Amino acid sequence: MRERLEADLHAMWRIRAFEERVQAWCGSGDVRGSVHLCIGQEAGPVGVCGELAEGDALFATYRGHGWAIARGAPLRPLFAELLGRATGVNGGRGGSAYLSAPEHGFHGENSIVGAGASHAVGAALAGRHDGTDRLAVTVFGDGAMNQGAVHEAMNFAAVLDLPVLFCCENNRYSELTPIRDMMRGDRLTDRAVALGIPAVRVDGNDPAAVREVVADLAEAAREGGGPAFVELVTQRLVGHYVGDPQQYRTRDELAADAEAEPIARAQAALAREGLDGAAIEARARDEVDRAAAAALADPPADAARVREHLYA
Amino acid sequence: MPESTLTVNYAGAVNAALRRCLADVPETLLYGEDVAKPGGVHGVTRGLWKDFGDRVFDTPISESAILGSAVGAAMMGRRPIVEIMWADFLLVALDQLVNQAANVRYVSEGRLTAPLVVRTQQGNSPGACAQHSQNLEAFLLHTPGLRVVMPSTPQDAYDAMVAAVHDDDPVVVVDNRTLYFGEKQEIVTGRPVSRIGGSHVRRTGDAATVVTWGAVTHQVLAAADRLAEQSVAVTVVETPWLNPFDDDTVLRAVARTGGRLAVVHEAGVCAGFGAEVVTRAAEAGVLSGRPLRVGAPATRIPAAPELAAALLPDADTVHHALREFTAA
Repeated sequence: MRERLEADLHAMWRIRAFEERVQAWCGSGDVRGSVHLCIGQEAGPVGVCGELAEGDALFATYRGHGWAIARGAPLRPLFAELLGRATGVNGGRGGSAYLSAPEHGFHGENSIVGAGASHAVGAALAGRHDGTDRLAVTVFGDGAMNQGAVHEAMNFAAVLDLPVLFCCENNRYSELTPIRDMMRGDRLTDRAVALGIPAVRVDGNDPAAVREVVADLAEAAREGGGPAFVELVTQRLVGHYVGDPQQYRTRDELAADAEAEPIARAQAALAREGLDGAAIEARARDEVDRAAAAALADPPADAARVREHLYA
Repeated sequence: MPESTLTVNYAGAVNAALRRCLADVPETLLYGEDVAKPGGVHGVTRGLWKDFGDRVFDTPISESAILGSAVGAAMMGRRPIVEIMWADFLLVALDQLVNQAANVRYVSEGRLTAPLVVRTQQGNSPGACAQHSQNLEAFLLHTPGLRVVMPSTPQDAYDAMVAAVHDDDPVVVVDNRTLYFGEKQEIVTGRPVSRIGGSHVRRTGDAATVVTWGAVTHQVLAAADRLAEQSVAVTVVETPWLNPFDDDTVLRAVARTGGRLAVVHEAGVCAGFGAEVVTRAAEAGVLSGRPLRVGAPATRIPAAPELAAALLPDADTVHHALREFTAA
């Protein structure tokens, strides 16, 4: 129990420290372009990825750095990718919003809202035909629930009974607009249920709770039960993109979100057991700092190779 | 698979090619709307479900999920062949081709690839409505990363499909439905898999080079025959593969015919691929004088057969245009 709590806290701190460093690099100009951070949402990736096996395939969105890290992609090439370095996971071709690390079961982000859902369906389909029991996981936000592509993917997986876990991170904002203004009702799970897909809403700020739910849903899916849907209720402590002034959020709301966020909660839980999370934080920050320094020293992406890899 | 011959129409040739690929390539899957149990709205995939079981299946009417799942399955090592019933329906889910499939290899530096085949059909047939009669190859050709082929004969349809399935990149095979039930021809099956690409010099002559592809190739050849009766011999280069495009053959032919180039396609001329072919010839310095583009005008396509016929190139209009062009 205590070890689990510490491990989760460490995993979440690695993501938090990574994202804070990226945020700083956006300010300094080392990272350029549109960047979407997951600060505040670290429990979802840590909880879900804890239940995945090596051969499982994960497809995320542009707010996907945390998912790549939780899946085991090393920090330095992830940093290098955001910095546009030759050593980046995609040699600087993917950037913040479209990076991938397939050797770690991370089959990529997607900067088109909801487009990755059907890729997971295909990965599960491939698993059925290549003799593995691969679980495919797709992650998207609450805003993506209004994309036809997500609805199509969910129905497709349902009629074919494919082992796909649809993870919706509900941070209540469809980019800059509250999701309550973009759909009737607030139960995203209802849409999955309407398609005949078992769906669970879970506290997305509690990695243990996420893990417990995902363990059950994943097992049922692997055993032929077809797809499942999990709504991770969470919040982002930062804007939709780096630089988003968040005029759409009130001070009270931001304060409430800061109370609910997973790292503060995990630290408090440790404190209740008479333990201090500070050393865990320090360890994670040290790992991240070293990876960041190494990535900064890496060479820039090689423009001489920019035309390679379009076709076989 | 030993080399042999088969007498089939175009639809039968596609069916035979799919059958060969399903038999030879265990990674293939064939799916789409109504392709399995019903055998396809044009019957092209008839019988394959019976013989290949759950590797051939019907899907919901969900073009985005069909194409997107093909991208995901291809990333994970399968070779999906998916059908988009009418090319017009590609537009419902163009994201999955343009933003997704075409980016996979490049952005991942080849760590991920998307070796999928999209089968679709387009073109005008009598009574087709405005949303079932467009020629959309230029939409696809503007996207680096996608391969595109538009065969016009049973043999080419067979060869192109087999080559496409074995290719390691996304390939869109665009049939023209007016070709499906043409006369049966003897085709050679079972030959070693050829690489994608290539073209055919269908006629030779000095008056001009005519480049064409897809169903209208037959109208161009008819027009060329008529011109020959009038002692005007043109070279006709059919380029079923539009990406990769056989620049060498086309440019050589244009140079050999005194720099005179005409391009004929069924698609609209505005921003059509004909403009690209003409530009490549101009940039290569092989053009002399003005080129000619023949295709549909920039208008919508009406349903009534008489109305559609007034817009689309046929043997008469192609003959007339080429006659004026070669006389000038």
